[in-house]
Amino acid sequence: MSQKIKDASIPTIPFKARLSRWFGRNLLRIYMIFGFTYLFIPVAYTFAFSFNDSGKSNLIWKGFTLSNWQNPCGAPQICNALANSIKIGLLATIFSTILGTMIAFAIGRYQFKGRSTSNLLIFLPMATPEIVLGASLLSLFLVFKINPGFWPTVIAHVMFCVSFVVVTVKARIASLDPRLEQAAMDLYANELETFRRVTLPLVAPGIAGAALLAFSLSFDDFIITNFNSGTLITFPKFVYVAAARGIPAQANVIGSSMFFLALAIVIAGQLVNRRKAR
Amino acid sequence: MSITVPKVRVPYLLLFPGFAFLFTFFILPIVNLAQTSTQTPIAGGDTGQYEQSFAFSNYINAFLDNREQFARSFIYATLATVFALAIAYPLAYAIAFKSGKFKNILLVLVVAPFFTSFLLRTIAWKQILGEEGFLVPTLRNLHLMGQQTTITSTSIAVVAGMTYNFLPFMTLPLYASLERIDPRTIEAAGDLYANGITTFRRVTVPLSLPGVVAGTLLTFIPAAGDYVNAAILGSPNTKMIGNVIESRYFKIVDYPTAAALSFTLMAAILILVTLYIRKAGTEELV
Repeated sequence: MSQKIKDASIPTIPFKARLSRWFGRNLLRIYMIFGFTYLFIPVAYTFAFSFNDSGKSNLIWKGFTLSNWQNPCGAPQICNALANSIKIGLLATIFSTILGTMIAFAIGRYQFKGRSTSNLLIFLPMATPEIVLGASLLSLFLVFKINPGFWPTVIAHVMFCVSFVVVTVKARIASLDPRLEQAAMDLYANELETFRRVTLPLVAPGIAGAALLAFSLSFDDFIITNFNSGTLITFPKFVYVAAARGIPAQANVIGSSMFFLALAIVIAGQLVNRRKAR
Repeated sequence: MSITVPKVRVPYLLLFPGFAFLFTFFILPIVNLAQTSTQTPIAGGDTGQYEQSFAFSNYINAFLDNREQFARSFIYATLATVFALAIAYPLAYAIAFKSGKFKNILLVLVVAPFFTSFLLRTIAWKQILGEEGFLVPTLRNLHLMGQQTTITSTSIAVVAGMTYNFLPFMTLPLYASLERIDPRTIEAAGDLYANGITTFRRVTVPLSLPGVVAGTLLTFIPAAGDYVNAAILGSPNTKMIGNVIESRYFKIVDYPTAAALSFTLMAAILILVTLYIRKAGTEELV
C-alpha cells in the first residue's frame, strides 16, 4: 500500500518535501521502537527476575538460578491461587461467551423494539467503574446471605465479561458480507443450515477472539474479585497480598509463562487464519 | 422454513438469558446499592448493622469528607487519559499505516503485555523506579535528581502507572478506526494540494475521531475508579476515591458511606461520559 502511494507521488513532490516525508516516516519508526520498549520494560523485568536466586523477597538481583522455573509451586499457596484463577477464568469464559454471542446475534442481526435499550444495557457495565460493580454485587450477595467465594466470583466475572464479548462478536457480525448468506439461501440451504454452514464459521474467529479476551479479563481481574471472593485466593490476589512483603520469584515465573502461552495462542490463531485465507 | 418459532420472537429469545443474567447481577445490585447508600447504623447494633432511614445526608457527608480524593481521582484519570492518547496515537498510526506486513505481529505485541498480570507489571514499575532500583541511584549520581527526591510514592508515579496500564485500551480502538480509513481519502487530500500536516489535521484526525472517543472512555472510566495504582505506586497523599471506597468496605465496614461514594462516582462518570459523547457527536460507540 505504501509502495503505491510512493510511486504515484514522487514525481510531483519537491525534494524538500520528500526529505521531510522520509524523515517523518522514520521518525514514526523510531517512535514505534520507543513505544514498544516502554510497553515491554516491566514484562522484561518480570521475566528477568524470574531467574533471580532471591529467597523470599524478590527485590534485589542476587544471582542467576533456574530453580524457580523448576519448582514453580515452591511458594506457599501460589499454585492453589493459579488453579483457582484458571478454573474461574474458564467457567467465566464459557458462560460469558455463550450469553454474549446470543446477544450479539440478536442486536447485530435483527431490528426489534427495544434495540437501543439493549445497546444501552450492554454499554452500562462497561461505563461503570470496576469498584462500583464489585461493591454493588457484594452488597447484593450480603443481602441474600450468600457468602463470597468461588461461585460469586464466577458470577461477577461473567457479568463484566458479557459486554466485552457482545461488542467483539457484534463487530465481526457487522463486517460480514450479507451476500454470502444470500448465496447460501439461493443454493436452497434453509435458515438453520445457512446459519450452521455459512454464518457461524464466518463469525467463529470473532467468537474465539471474544473468548480469549474474556479469559484474559477474568484471569487478570483484581478489583471485582477482591470484593466477591472472600477468603478464596486467586493469582492476582496472591500477588497483591504478597506485594506487601515482597513477591516470590515463582510469581514472576507464572506471569512470564502466561505471557508466552498467550503469545503462542495468538500467533497460532494468526497462522491458522492465514492458511485459511489461502 | 424449519424454524417453528415466529420470526419476531427470535431476537427476544436470544436476548433473554443474557439480559436475565445482567438484570439479576448488574441492575439489581445497583438498585440495592442505592438502597444501602441511605441507611444509618442501628442504634445499639453491632458494627456493620444498618437500617434504612433515607438519610440522604449520607451523600453530602460522604462527598464533603472526601472532596480531595474525588478531585484527585478525576484529575489523575484525566491526566492519564491525555498522556495515554499522546503516546498511543502515533503508535496506532504507525501500526496502521507504516508497518506493512508486520501489522498483525505489532498489533499482537500491543496486547501482549496484558497477559503478564497487570499487578506484576505495576509492581515491576515500582521496583524499577524505586529506591533499590537501577534508575534512581543512577540519576542521583549524575545529579539529575535531588538526593531526597523520589519517583515512587508520588502522584507522578500514580499517573504514570495508570497511563501505562490503560495504554492498550487506548491503542486498540485508535488503531481500529485509523485502519478503517480509506487510503484514497488521504491521497485525495494530497491531490488537492494539502501538505502532510494539513492532511493529517483535516482528514486523518476527523476520521479517527470515533477511535479517540472510544479509547478515551475506555481509559478514563477504569482510571477514575482505580485504586490499585494508587495503592502500589502512591502514598497516603495520593489516595483516590477508589481507595476510600475499598477501605470503607473492608476496614471500617461502613457500607452506607461506601455505597454513597460508589453511587456518586458512577453518577459523575455517567454525566461526564454523556456530555463528552454529545460533544464528540459519535453514536456508534456500542
